[in-house]
Amino acid sequence: MPLSYTIAVIAIPLFMFLFLGLAGVKMSRKLTGVLGVIAMAVTTIIAYGVALTYFFGTGQDQVGADGVRQAVTVFNPAWLSFTDTMVVRMGILLDPIAAMMLIVVCTVSFMVHLYSLGYMSDHDGNAEQGFQRYYAYLALFTFSMLGLVVATNLFQIFVFFEMVGVSSYLLIGFYYSSPAANHASKKAFIVTRLADLFFLLGIMILSYYTQTFDFSQLVFGANGANDMAVAQSAIASAGGATFLGCSVMAWALTFIFIGGAGKSAMYPLHIWLPDAMEGPTPVSALIHAATMVVAGVFLVARLFPLYVLEQGAMEIICVVGAFTAFYAAAIACVQSDIKRALAFSTISQIAFMMTSLAVSSSNSAMIEIHGGTGLGYMASMFHLFTHAMFKALLFLCAGAIIHAVHSNENDKMHGLHKFMPITSIAFLIGCLAIAGIPPFAGFWSKDEILVAAYHKGFFWGLWMSMVAGMTAFHMFRIYFLIFFWKKHEIHTHHAPKDQPWTMTLPLIILATISIVAGFVPAHDLVTWNGKALETQLDWTVAGSSVLIALIGIALAYKLYYKENDLPERMKNGALGLWTAAYHRFYMDELYQFITHKVIFQGICVPIAWFDRHIIDGFFNMLASATGSASFAIRRLQSGSIQGYVYVYLLGVLLLAAVTMLCVLI
Amino acid sequence: MNLTLLMYLIPSLIMFGCGVYGFITRKNMIAIMISLELMLNSVDINFVVFNRYLFPGQMDGMFFTLFAIAIAAAETALALAIVINVYRAAKNVDIEQIRKLKF
Repeated sequence: MPLSYTIAVIAIPLFMFLFLGLAGVKMSRKLTGVLGVIAMAVTTIIAYGVALTYFFGTGQDQVGADGVRQAVTVFNPAWLSFTDTMVVRMGILLDPIAAMMLIVVCTVSFMVHLYSLGYMSDHDGNAEQGFQRYYAYLALFTFSMLGLVVATNLFQIFVFFEMVGVSSYLLIGFYYSSPAANHASKKAFIVTRLADLFFLLGIMILSYYTQTFDFSQLVFGANGANDMAVAQSAIASAGGATFLGCSVMAWALTFIFIGGAGKSAMYPLHIWLPDAMEGPTPVSALIHAATMVVAGVFLVARLFPLYVLEQGAMEIICVVGAFTAFYAAAIACVQSDIKRALAFSTISQIAFMMTSLAVSSSNSAMIEIHGGTGLGYMASMFHLFTHAMFKALLFLCAGAIIHAVHSNENDKMHGLHKFMPITSIAFLIGCLAIAGIPPFAGFWSKDEILVAAYHKGFFWGLWMSMVAGMTAFHMFRIYFLIFFWKKHEIHTHHAPKDQPWTMTLPLIILATISIVAGFVPAHDLVTWNGKALETQLDWTVAGSSVLIALIGIALAYKLYYKENDLPERMKNGALGLWTAAYHRFYMDELYQFITHKVIFQGICVPIAWFDRHIIDGFFNMLASATGSASFAIRRLQSGSIQGYVYVYLLGVLLLAAVTMLCVLI
Repeated sequence: MNLTLLMYLIPSLIMFGCGVYGFITRKNMIAIMISLELMLNSVDINFVVFNRYLFPGQMDGMFFTLFAIAIAAAETALALAIVINVYRAAKNVDIEQIRKLKF
């Protein structure tokens, strides 16, 4: 089987997790880090080999006679068999989005591995405590994420969904002596677990009606690419069953989306992501910006043909995505903690991808109306790719700054441009990319998303354009506040400077990718049905989006380039709005209220009372009855052996007498 | 004169009765053990006799008796060891005095 070496991409991180986790304490800290980086480099090279072979190879395996890029199932052994038809398999499936995700995950993971060598050390280059543990967790995460993207069936995706959740939990709580990190890791775990409950429900409903978990039977047609007819028959297998007025398939797909929304931090399940920034910054870059948080988008993309046929579920995604994009962008405009601002920007961008998937229509009626099929799908995946690169870049820059000034707060930074020129330029490139200025990567992908949104309706396009403008504004607000605003006051005993090469090199590489990634011909490679998509730049949309982005940048420049009192005046002018946005519109407080006051007080306390007094009470009663009965008759145990024998003898005689009597009668 | 089954069973019964009586009334632990042996032997006699009269062609009861004797010997050795240890601890073997194993 060609491409069978894909297994190495999964196996190496798994091996490194076990090896570094078990043997790491026996080795020096530095050595474990270097080994981790080398292993990740090898993995990345293999992954690039796989992806390039898949995209550009000429073998009949991946490109059929009709020019359709097919999905290749490399391995698919059975793992659990529930019934004859429902078998859970664990395998490797390569299709355009899986191959693209291999590149994304491996690139960012490798950069983060390398960067962490510097970040997780002090200024003299000594590795921090827990260095081995850190690299073991990174390897675990990489393994889980790669297993997720190549999953062949829903169940495998679910298993790896949980595993990325666990590694995220472990890495957020890496500094386990800090209470804030502990709370953040618990919060992330519980919120995503709640969402995964819905995911599991969705899988159950879907598999109950279709009798399969496999994507090959749910969405892939005979030629191996996504096929509407297959999805149609999968949906038809529910036989039009409905629940509460909606078809069960719509319910199942909505539940699956909720699972994805939990991981991808869609409103209102986004609350864990800003807190997750308590983890080390490279972890935020890897897990909470580039890879894990897009798992939800990936999930919806994977089941795209099913979603297209259930437009109800698609509408929900569209509304949730569009709202989240705006909501998170608004909050990002006022945050003072650099990582939190970036986190909200991430939420906003992921919501962009979700919306883009949702506005993408590819059923035949829509093709004729819009003249394009699956444009939003392609745009979403493309944006996922470019966003992973420039957001990882921004986070790693933030990490370099935090490492230099020992604080997350804007007001400890200011005016760093002179001290950290490389970081500053890299951050600027990231900001230009996310703002959508040509020719940086974000422009190309965001433009496609906006075109797709305008296809759905003018309102959606306008809404997304507005959010794009806000993105430009809040990113440049951060940029100017960190690197300019006023002269830097040196708070620590040494002046901040650009970090060692292990941290700077990833910045340069990612900045380069952020510049050129837009020229990747995504519309040829990553389409929903494997056929190349004809796109041309829509200059009205592109022009207006660039204009909006420039307005956002100009506004940020006016407000934040040089120290002035305008931001303060604006803040005081709309103090209520500013405070609400600063407190994230009180979503956390709302959750706190619902969980503590409503759920704990109203449900958990009575149930706990019932458990303690009724359930436990019954067994306590049994025990105390037995105990007091034993106490009452304990004097029979006199210690006199002859007494026992005497009683025994009498008993035997009595028994004999009774037997005799019975026999005689 | 013909020996009947009953002629064996009656001595056996007397032996067993003596054993029970001795077990209940004697105070010395050694004596109690002797009574115990008496009971055991009476049961062994029953085994042999019943085998002889009820299943004349077979030897199962005989072998079983042999086993029982061997086990009784081992058991006696064990009991004697316990008695000796009790003597060491309490300086006597009077069963009335040794009654600490109680509530």
